[in-house]
Order: sequence, then C-alpha cells, then structure tokens
Amino acid sequence: MDVEILSRIQFAFTVAFHYIYPPLSIGIGLIMVVFESMYLRTKLKEYEVLAKFWTKIFAITFGIGVVTGIVMEFEFGTNWATYSRYVGDIFGSALAAEGIFAFALESSALGVLLFGWNRVKPWVHLVATWAVFLGSMFSAVWIVVANSWQQTPAGYHIVGEGMQARAEIVDFWAMVFNPSSVDRLTHVWLGAFLAGTFLILSVHAYYILKGRFVFLSKKAFKITLIVAAVASLAQLFTGHSSAEGVAVNQPAKLAAMEGHFEKSAPADLYLLGWVNKENKEVSGLKVPGGLSFMLHQDFETPVTGLDAFPKEDQPPQVNAVFQFYHLMVAIGMFLIALSLFALWQWKRGKLFQKKWLLWTFVFTALLPQLANQFGWFAAEMGRQPWVVYGLLRTSDALSKSVQANQVLFSLILFFVVYFVLFLLFIYLMNKKIKSGPDSDINFDDGSLNKEIAEVVTK
Amino acid sequence: METLLGIDYPTWWFLVVGALFSGYAILDGFDFGAGAWHMFFRKNTSRETALKAIDPTWHGNEVWLVIGGGTLFAGFPVFYGTLFSAMYTPFILFLLFIIFRGISIKFRNMEDMLWWRRLWDWSYSISSIMLAFLLGVVLGNILNGMPLDQNYEYVGRGFFEFLNPFSILVGVTSLALFMMHGAIYLLLKTEGKLFDRIQGFLKKGMAFFIIAYIITTGYGFLYLDHLLVVFEENKVLFIVPLLVFLSIANVPRLASKKKYGWAFIFTSITISLLLVIVAFELYPRLLMSNPSIENSITIYNAAASIKTLKIMMGFVAIGGPLVLLYSYFVYRTFWGKVKHNQTGY
Repeated sequence: MDVEILSRIQFAFTVAFHYIYPPLSIGIGLIMVVFESMYLRTKLKEYEVLAKFWTKIFAITFGIGVVTGIVMEFEFGTNWATYSRYVGDIFGSALAAEGIFAFALESSALGVLLFGWNRVKPWVHLVATWAVFLGSMFSAVWIVVANSWQQTPAGYHIVGEGMQARAEIVDFWAMVFNPSSVDRLTHVWLGAFLAGTFLILSVHAYYILKGRFVFLSKKAFKITLIVAAVASLAQLFTGHSSAEGVAVNQPAKLAAMEGHFEKSAPADLYLLGWVNKENKEVSGLKVPGGLSFMLHQDFETPVTGLDAFPKEDQPPQVNAVFQFYHLMVAIGMFLIALSLFALWQWKRGKLFQKKWLLWTFVFTALLPQLANQFGWFAAEMGRQPWVVYGLLRTSDALSKSVQANQVLFSLILFFVVYFVLFLLFIYLMNKKIKSGPDSDINFDDGSLNKEIAEVVTK
Repeated sequence: METLLGIDYPTWWFLVVGALFSGYAILDGFDFGAGAWHMFFRKNTSRETALKAIDPTWHGNEVWLVIGGGTLFAGFPVFYGTLFSAMYTPFILFLLFIIFRGISIKFRNMEDMLWWRRLWDWSYSISSIMLAFLLGVVLGNILNGMPLDQNYEYVGRGFFEFLNPFSILVGVTSLALFMMHGAIYLLLKTEGKLFDRIQGFLKKGMAFFIIAYIITTGYGFLYLDHLLVVFEENKVLFIVPLLVFLSIANVPRLASKKKYGWAFIFTSITISLLLVIVAFELYPRLLMSNPSIENSITIYNAAASIKTLKIMMGFVAIGGPLVLLYSYFVYRTFWGKVKHNQTGY
C-alpha cells in the first residue's frame, strides 16, 4: 500500500474513533448542567446525585476525547504537510481559536468540575459545569468552521503557485460564516445532544428494568426524554437545511448522496437502494422526483447529476456515500418516532410500563453514535476527490517526506492503542453503570422522608 | 513590512509562539517531572498523593500544547508542515505517550487490583519520561538543522534519523530539567515523610540536570558552530547565558534553604531563559537547512499572511488574559498541600 492510502486510512480511523467521544461529552454535559441547575434551584438531593453520577461518566468520555483530539491536531502536520501549508492561514487559525477560546475554558474548568465539589461554593461549581459544557460547545464551533471551510471555501484568495500555493484570509467573517458553517454546526450540536441524551436514556431505562435506582431513573428519564425529543425533531430541520446547502454548494456530493447520475433531470428520492456506478443505476425503493420536490417543492425541476462533472471530479465512492447518507437519515427518523412515541406513552401514564419500549431505549444508545459516524463519512467521502472542495485534491495534500513504512508503523500503533483504549472505555463505562449513582439516601425506600416524596410528585 | 511598536508581525508571532511553548514547558514540565519520579515512590499512598498533586491541573496545562500547536499551525504553516512530517516518528510516539499519560492518570484509581494500579503507574511514569525526552529530541533536531529542498520539504530519509547525538543529549537534558522542576512542584504539594523523600530526589535531580546541561552545552560549543554566531556578533547577548547560569545556581541555593516556592520560580525562569537562548540562536530562522542553507525556513518565508497574523494577535490579546485567569482560578482553588484522605470524584 502506498503512503496515500495508508494516510487516508489512518486519518479516517483516528478521526472516527475520536468522534465517539466529543459528542457524548457535549450531550452528557448538557444534561449535567440541567441536573445541577435543578439541584441548585430545588435543593432536592436526587438532582445532586444524578449530576454527580453523570459527571463520573463524563470524566471518562472527556478524557479519551481530549487525548484522541490532540492526535488530530498534530496529524495535519505529520501526514498532510502540503495541506497544512496550503490552509494554515485559515484552518490553522480556526484550530488556534478553538484552543484559545474553547479548549482552555473546558479543560481548566474540568479540574473544578471533577475535584471541586467540596472545595468551592455550590454556585461556583455550577459555573464550572457550565464552563465545561459551553467550552465543549465552542470547541464544536471552531472545528466545524474549519471543516466547513473545506466543504465550502469562502473569504480567501490563493497566493503563489504549484507547491508554494496557499490560501490566505481576505475576509475573516466570511471565512467563519462560510455557506455551510451554520447548518453544519447546528447539525453537529444536535447530533451530539442525541448521542448524549440517548446514552442517558439507555442507562436509566436499564436501571428501571432491573428495578434499581428506580426513583432516580424515572426522574432522569423524563427530563432527558424531553431534551432528546426536541433535539431529534430539530435535527430534521438542520438536516434538511444542510441538504439544501449541499445542493447549492456541493452539487456533486448531493448527486452522490442520492445516486443521481443524469446531467440535468428531475431527481428521485430513495428510501433505500443500491448504487451500481458502472451502469449508473440505482435499484431500490424510491419516490419519483422526490429529491426535486425536497429541494424545489416541484417534482419536475431538474437537479444536477454526477455526469455534469468530469470523471476526475466525481466522488469515487458513490454507493458508500449513498448508503451512509441513507442510514443516517433512517436513524434520524427512527429517533424521532421513538421519542415521540415515548412522550405519548408518558402522557397516557404508561411510559414505564412497557418493557419492550424500555429495552428499545437500552439499545438505542448506539444509534445516534452510528448516525454521527455515518453522517461524517457521507460528508467527507462525498467531498472527495477534494480535501478543500474545488481547490486542493486529497492526493496532492500529503506529506512528501513521509514514507509508507513510517505510516504503516504508526497505523499499526494506532490500531493497537485505540483497540485497547476502546476496551478500557467499555469496561469502565460498564463498571460505572453497574455500580450506579452513589448516595447515602435510598430513594426507592418506602420510608423515604414523606415531605421530599410529596415535593417530588408535585 | 508592516510593524507594530517597531516590530514586524512575523517577529511578534515568533515571540507569541515562543512564549506559549515556554508556558507549556513550565506547566506540563512539572507534570512530566512528577511522572518521571513516580516509580521511585514505593508506597501506594505516596503514589496516590503524587498523582493528586497534579490531577486537578494537568488538563489545564495540556491546553498550552494545543494552543501552541494551533498558533504554530496558523502563524507558520510552512514550518508546521515541514517539521511535523520530517519528525514523523518522534511526533507519533509523542502523541501515543500523550494518550497513555492522560488515560493512566484517569484510569489508575478506578480499580483496586494491585496489578491494575501497577500497570497504570508504569504506563504513567514511562509516558512522562518519554514525553520529556521526545520534546527535547525535537528541539535538538530543530537546533541541529536538517536537509531541506527548495520547497522546504525535508529530504532526509529513514526511521531513526531523528536520533542523533545532539538531539539525544538535548532530550536527556530536558528530562533532567523537568525532573528537577517536578520534584520541586511535588515538594510544594506534599508533607511529612513523603516530603522528606522528595527532598532527596531533588538533590539527585539537580545533580542530574547540571551534569546533563554541561555536557550538552559543551557538545553544542564543539559541534554546532552555527548556534554561536549570534552571540559572537552581539557580545551584549552574553548576558542571557550569564542569567541562565545565575538562575540555575540559584536553585540549589534556595533548595538548601528549603525555600521551595522560590526555587520553583527559578526553575521556571531557567526553562524560559533556556528557550530565550534557543530563540536567539534561531532567529530569524525557524529551521536551518543543512547543507543547502538557502533553503532554510525563516519566520518570513514560513509566515501566514500579515492579515492572518493580525487576526491571531487579536485572538491572543483577548484570549491570553482569559486563559491566565482560568489558570489562576483553578490553581487558587487547589492551592496548598494534598491531603491524603481527600476524595476526588
């Protein structure tokens, strides 16, 4: 294998692995802030117990997220030196801003969040929790800005030629608010909320099924369910808005997402299918003219297809992009259906009586994770063969001085280390979840202080 | 070229990046140093106390690496690409040790099994030692210079080229420096018997550093003439090595008086001053091309556009004080000696 394919595999592997963790941290962080804020408002012990429990889980996801994230920052230099030189002005600025304005906030406040329960006043601790959560949200801002600029470059000009060519900032705010930034940022945020909330729902559904921490879990489940339902519905809108943006800014990617080949014709919308690139055919279940309708509210409006682009500018893996995109959408729809159904059952007072529903929630924790991964794979593979859309090809972006055996060596190391890391992650999560929230009060005890019980049931 | 207060923007940026990495070396330096001593503690309680000394703050210290990397990427993209791809193997190892260092601290106390704790103790200590060493190795290679072509690409080949005598010496010296620095930090955070033991460590650490420093400097004098040019041309700059000498000499003096707070300040000053010497030795070059010197990377041919540098100066002007404020707050919260019975989370 040559340097290019090895470097591609290494980057895809390390970034996909990294992306298991930050969305969990953002999503769990949100609920942590909710629980702790409620604790300070109501002074009810159960919210404190919940906040502390989820802080423990958060510590694991955050820790792995940070160390695997540092790898990403430096991998641009080690494996993609030409890319680094080309985009340093822009991409580098966004990464630096992330460090200064986001990462510094979350990492500093983390010490207080984890170790400061008895050292600072409760409201100071809450400020630290907010700081960690907001810091992780700001991190997402700059990282998504950097990546969105790769998808839809704006606010730059190219200086120099050949190996010395570089993109330089002309208009900073145009660079930050490039055409896809806002859509993709909201999509990423909501994806993170879904990853976090569905993990929390899963764990508490499991406790309820096992008859442990039932009182705590019911409280936590209801609060989290509201957030999850809002996020899954809102995701529909950011997703749609993103797709409209892709249609305008990256038509080749959109064509790949729906397997639309004809240069300019009404385009179908597939519920599921399989793309045969050679025959330029998709077999599957479709809504004729559906894509045209989604974009233009008219079944007949033509949409640019892959044939409109020269062969060397088309995404090489059309079927993969198609599948990843459709799987993501399918999961999104399922999450909406599930959370709305659960809300309805709640209204009927039957939320915790249906075992199958709770078991469904237990396993659904994996789905937002998969949707996040699939979405990114669709976005990044759909951008190929470009690393910066229309400007720089991925194959030209490599480090010229790095050899295949070096990358093979590092790739094997990453495989081994990340495999171990993943096992540890699963092991420790499992352990923390098995041992459960730490409390000297047994909330499920019938003789629980009646006053508390009354306040709770109100 | 446009200037600010009479200094051009690439030079400003050179100073900013230098200051950030200096901050990183001071802050994560004592974490690495504490980690390097870790296996010298025999008792589990001692190891736990030593870990608790850095646990609430090491995340914040690592931020400086991320910010330093980002500002280097944005400010000198040509240098960033060349250095990291040329030093591929040491940087990949550095990243893997960063991972192990972080997860060792996080995971060690999550289980009670003896083998579990031993495993993470070793992993933590070896990672800390290797991180300190590799940072020095990369610095040694930067000082050494390396073969570059006209596109500023590294043209050397091979897995182990980064391990040359000078870079190994600089690696060992930075390990020694951080061990001295880390021992003093641990002294500030401990008491009782453990405190007494660490006083013994500090003596060894100071001796280790002074020997390593003398050998490395001697080697540099003999074999790396290009680093001396600036001092020969501007005799007044000899004041910097003189200050380094005084600063280093001050550490054993203060240690013998048990003024560890001051000793810590002086190891920190030593770290900064050593990097000031490096800055003088390099400026305005970032990476000397050796042998074809005309292909060297300088702050001018490596810099981002002036506009970008100005924007980034704004970031630093706003963000820098914020970062210092967060750090101040966190260190104030966890000020003082570690009590062994304190629970974390």
